[in-house]
Amino acid sequence: MSEAVVSTRVRLARNLKEYPFPIRLSEKQAVEVADKISKALADCDIKFHRIDLSTLSDAQCVSLLERHLISPDFVTARQGRVVFLSDDNTVSIMVNEEDHIRLQVIHEGFAPDEAYAIADRLDNHLSRRLKYAFHERLGYLTQCPTNLGTGMRASVMLHLPALDMTGAVHRIGANLSKLGLTIRGLYGESTRPVGAFYQLSNQVTLGITEKAAIDNLRNITTQLITQEMKARENILNDIEVEDKIARALGTLKSALIMDHSEAMSLLSLVRLGVSSKKLNTLSTDSIDKLIVEIQPASVMTRCGEDLSPRDRDIKRAEMIRERVN
Amino acid sequence: MLCQHCHKNEATTHIKTMVNGDYAEYRLCSACANELGYGGMFPDFTADFGGMLSSFLGAALPARSGAARCHSCGSTMNDIKKSGKVGCADCYELFLSELMPTIRSIHGNTEHIGKRPVIEYTKVDDDRKDEKKTDPADRLTDLKAKLKKAIEDEDFERAAKLRDEIRKMEAE
Repeated sequence: MSEAVVSTRVRLARNLKEYPFPIRLSEKQAVEVADKISKALADCDIKFHRIDLSTLSDAQCVSLLERHLISPDFVTARQGRVVFLSDDNTVSIMVNEEDHIRLQVIHEGFAPDEAYAIADRLDNHLSRRLKYAFHERLGYLTQCPTNLGTGMRASVMLHLPALDMTGAVHRIGANLSKLGLTIRGLYGESTRPVGAFYQLSNQVTLGITEKAAIDNLRNITTQLITQEMKARENILNDIEVEDKIARALGTLKSALIMDHSEAMSLLSLVRLGVSSKKLNTLSTDSIDKLIVEIQPASVMTRCGEDLSPRDRDIKRAEMIRERVN
Repeated sequence: MLCQHCHKNEATTHIKTMVNGDYAEYRLCSACANELGYGGMFPDFTADFGGMLSSFLGAALPARSGAARCHSCGSTMNDIKKSGKVGCADCYELFLSELMPTIRSIHGNTEHIGKRPVIEYTKVDDDRKDEKKTDPADRLTDLKAKLKKAIEDEDFERAAKLRDEIRKMEAE
C-alpha cells in the first residue's frame, strides 16, 4: 500500500462570518482577518510561525508551493495574504486565499484518519475563538460553492507508473466523478501529471459527512492500488520495462545536466524499480524526499536565487548523483 | 522502442492478446493503448459521468434578481455568475434560490450533514429567539423537539445546552 501512496493531505475551508469573502475583501480587511487568525492561534498547542507573502521572493513563494504548503492560486497575488506554518511544516494555514482560512495537514504515506484528526482539532480550537460563517442547510459557507458543506478536501498523492504506462489512468478520471472523487496532476487543479504522480481527492462536500468522504477515498484508493499492483506484475516481467528502469538509474547516477521533467520521469521509473524490489538502491522514502528537493524553486532557495536555468539543471544533476551513488 | 501503432511515441505498454484466434503481441504508447481499448483495466468504472462541473455557474442560470445587490458586500447575482465566486455569507441567504440549482448539480445534495462549529452562534440565537414569544408549555415541547433533532445530528454541545434549558423550565 505505502509503495504507491506518497502522502495524504486533508484541507478544511473556513470563513469568518463578519467579513466578506476574499474576492470582496479590501486590503485593510485582509490584514484584519490575518491578525484575528494570528491571535486565535496564539494559545494553540501547535506552534505556528507567520509568513506574510508580500515579504517573500518569487523563489521562496514557489518553493512553498512545490512543497504543497500553499496553492498555485495563492502565489498569484500576495498582498494581504499570509501563511501560518507549523515548525515541522506538516500543518499550514493559508489566509485570504480562496477562503479566509485554508487549513491543511500533510501526513506521510496513507493516513487520512490521522491527518483529519489533527485538522479537526485545530479547527475546533479556531471555532472557539472565531465566528465562522455557517449555514444550517449549506454547512460551512465558502467563496466557491464547490466547497460548501464540510469544506473538506482529503487527498492522497499516488504513484501509479504501471497504470500510467498502460494508459489506464486516462480513463479513470471521468469515471471517478461518479463516485464523488477526482484525480489530477501533482500540483492540483489543471496541472499535468508529472512522473506518474497523481492526486486523488473527494469532489463532493455537501450532503456527505467527513467520515463518509474519507472512507470513500480510502476504498477507492485501495482499489486503485490493487489495480496498480496487478498492472505492475504484468509490466515488470517485460524485459523492455526492466531495461528502462535499469537505464533510468544509470542516467541518474552519471548525468551532469538534468532538467526537472527528465529527473521526474527517471525517478518515477527508479521508484517503480525500488518498490517492486527490482532495484536495491535507495528507499521509496528517500526518493520521495529527492522529488521534493529537485523542484526548480526548491533548488534555487537551496543553492542561490540567481541560478540560471542551465546552472539549476547542473545543480540538480549534482544533488541527484550525491544521493543515488 | 517506438509505439507500433502511431510510430511516434515511446512504447510504454506490452499488450498480449488474441486476434482472430492467433496470439499477438503489441508494444504501444499509453495514448494508443487507451485509444485502442487496452487501457480499460477498470471494468467497474464503466459509466461516464464526466463534465459534471463543466456547466458550473454557467449561462444556465436565469438572472431573476440580477439587479438585487447584497447589502453586506455589494455583489449582484451577475457578479457571482461572472466570477463563479460568492461575495460573502449574506449572499448565500439573498441569492439562495438562484444558487440552489447549481449547488445541487455540483454536489447532488443540498443538505449539510457533516460537522458543525464547536461554538455555533446562529443556532443558539435561534433557540433563544422564541423564548419570549411562546407560552411555557409550547416552548417546552419546542425545546424537546429541538433536543431530539440535535441528538440526531450528533450536535452534542447544542443538545447539552437545550437539555439544561429544559431541566430549568421543568423545575420552575
